[in-house]
Amino acid sequence: MLNRRTFMKTLGAGGALAFAKADVRDNHGLDASMRIWDQHSHLGSVPGDTPEERMGFLAKCMDRVGVERLILSQGYSDDRHPNPPEQFRLENDRVMRAVRAFPDRVYGSVYISPALPEFSIQELNRCVRDGPMVMIGEIEADARCNVAAMDPIAEWAIANDVVVLQHEWLNALGNQPTESTPFDVVELARRHPKLQIVCAHTGGNWELGIRAIRSTKNVYCGLAGSDPTNGYVEMAVRELGAERVIYGSDVGGRSFASQIAKVEGAAISDSDKKLILGGNLRRLLAPVLRKKDYKI
Amino acid sequence: MIIDTNVYLSRWPFRRLNGDEPEWLVAKLIDAKVGQAWAGSFEGLLERDIAGVNTRLAETCHRFGEGMLIPFGTVNPKLPDWQEDVQRCHEEHTMLGIRLHPNYHGYKLDDPVFADLLKLAAERRLIVQLALSMEDARTQSPLMRVPAVDLAPLANVVKITAGLRLELLNCTSQIGREDYVAAIASGDVSMDISMVEGVAGLARLVRQVPLSRILFGSYYPFYYFESAVLKVQESGLDDASQEAICVENARRLIAFA
Repeated sequence: MLNRRTFMKTLGAGGALAFAKADVRDNHGLDASMRIWDQHSHLGSVPGDTPEERMGFLAKCMDRVGVERLILSQGYSDDRHPNPPEQFRLENDRVMRAVRAFPDRVYGSVYISPALPEFSIQELNRCVRDGPMVMIGEIEADARCNVAAMDPIAEWAIANDVVVLQHEWLNALGNQPTESTPFDVVELARRHPKLQIVCAHTGGNWELGIRAIRSTKNVYCGLAGSDPTNGYVEMAVRELGAERVIYGSDVGGRSFASQIAKVEGAAISDSDKKLILGGNLRRLLAPVLRKKDYKI
Repeated sequence: MIIDTNVYLSRWPFRRLNGDEPEWLVAKLIDAKVGQAWAGSFEGLLERDIAGVNTRLAETCHRFGEGMLIPFGTVNPKLPDWQEDVQRCHEEHTMLGIRLHPNYHGYKLDDPVFADLLKLAAERRLIVQLALSMEDARTQSPLMRVPAVDLAPLANVVKITAGLRLELLNCTSQIGREDYVAAIASGDVSMDISMVEGVAGLARLVRQVPLSRILFGSYYPFYYFESAVLKVQESGLDDASQEAICVENARRLIAFA
């Protein structure tokens, strides 16, 4: 694992402006003890012809910025809402191939849809109960997450101690017709108070999303997949507590860089950063990781 | 050492930002090993007394940071007598460049006044920075929906403007990569990295546009400063390429001005 403090790149010196030599991140950056776990990543938009090649590329990038482990989902189809079910199965198989190739760097998360309820339960059993995966989602499907068809999925998640990662947005230009909002997540979470569910994007419009989930304690604030706008994490910690805020990147469409920066650059304590960058996720995943005798 | 070509002073209209006080901003930049920062003003987006905005910007840059803040004045060519603002930026405030916000000031890049403004700036050897987007359109206030600048007409304008040195700021993914490639190929046009996205996105960018046209820009304090630094780190580029992006390419533009 790369020690972030060992990243030393000397930049040019001298010339008309007479700058002194220094490194980009000297005396800067996160302590190596932060142990960054990324709860939201995909193989899409990553170079490579196979799951193994794509995961290999991600692992190199993880080393450069100090990410210890990914939670990977959705494979790499261009189809954002796969159907028929065989496509889901193919994408989950791709993720499991990446996990098998890099077992120390990635855990898998199963891709399902409430629009395919019976198939989804079969796939949960195949990939999580009987397979290597440890989480559900990112669910991004042809149905919003407040539909009744999500109830059996939520009950399965509770019974098996598995966390759900749900795509949602509050797009100022308008959501897609079947795209969930944080309010939909709250509705589902209130029907299932023992469910542990992470908003993948906390609305994107985070000043609204944080307020939407604030009073529903079993809903977590995911930081992934939006611009690194100054103030996001400070507000989340102030309104929700650091224990409910979880780092994720949404690579390959996003960079690790812009998403880690939200936490690294935030005016919060180092202990809060440790929780957000990995501590909270490890706590949520601990029951299923222990069941499978996986590393925490 | 870094030359950050994209920071802003004053207040973003919709949110207080850590770093929107000049003391905080300078302290952050110094801590991050920034030796020089090219600074525009958020006030220039909405205020119409642009001469007042630019005077305050110049004074703030003079008072804070012991010379590290380099002011880039705002020019709005839809205001009466905008040419006077260009002249004051150059002669009164001795600025090295100007920063434009066409989508906030209500003109397209095929508007003849844009070509006139570029011509005047080039004649005065001013660097021109063109901010393409200030905020993701999906997160904007319903009171202010401002789409990204349409970049398609830019290449033709650049080709007819002798001596122009132009930097594109906030190169959002809402604009197609082919538009950036065409604009950069049309003349001495550069782009900053503040909104470059995707895993190892900077390494991919280097394969699409010349390295010499890529400049470090953080868009601090609207963005967390660390985003741009980590993009360089994530890219895996060699030391010489990093140095070009973080220092040398900006130094070349400054030398011109």
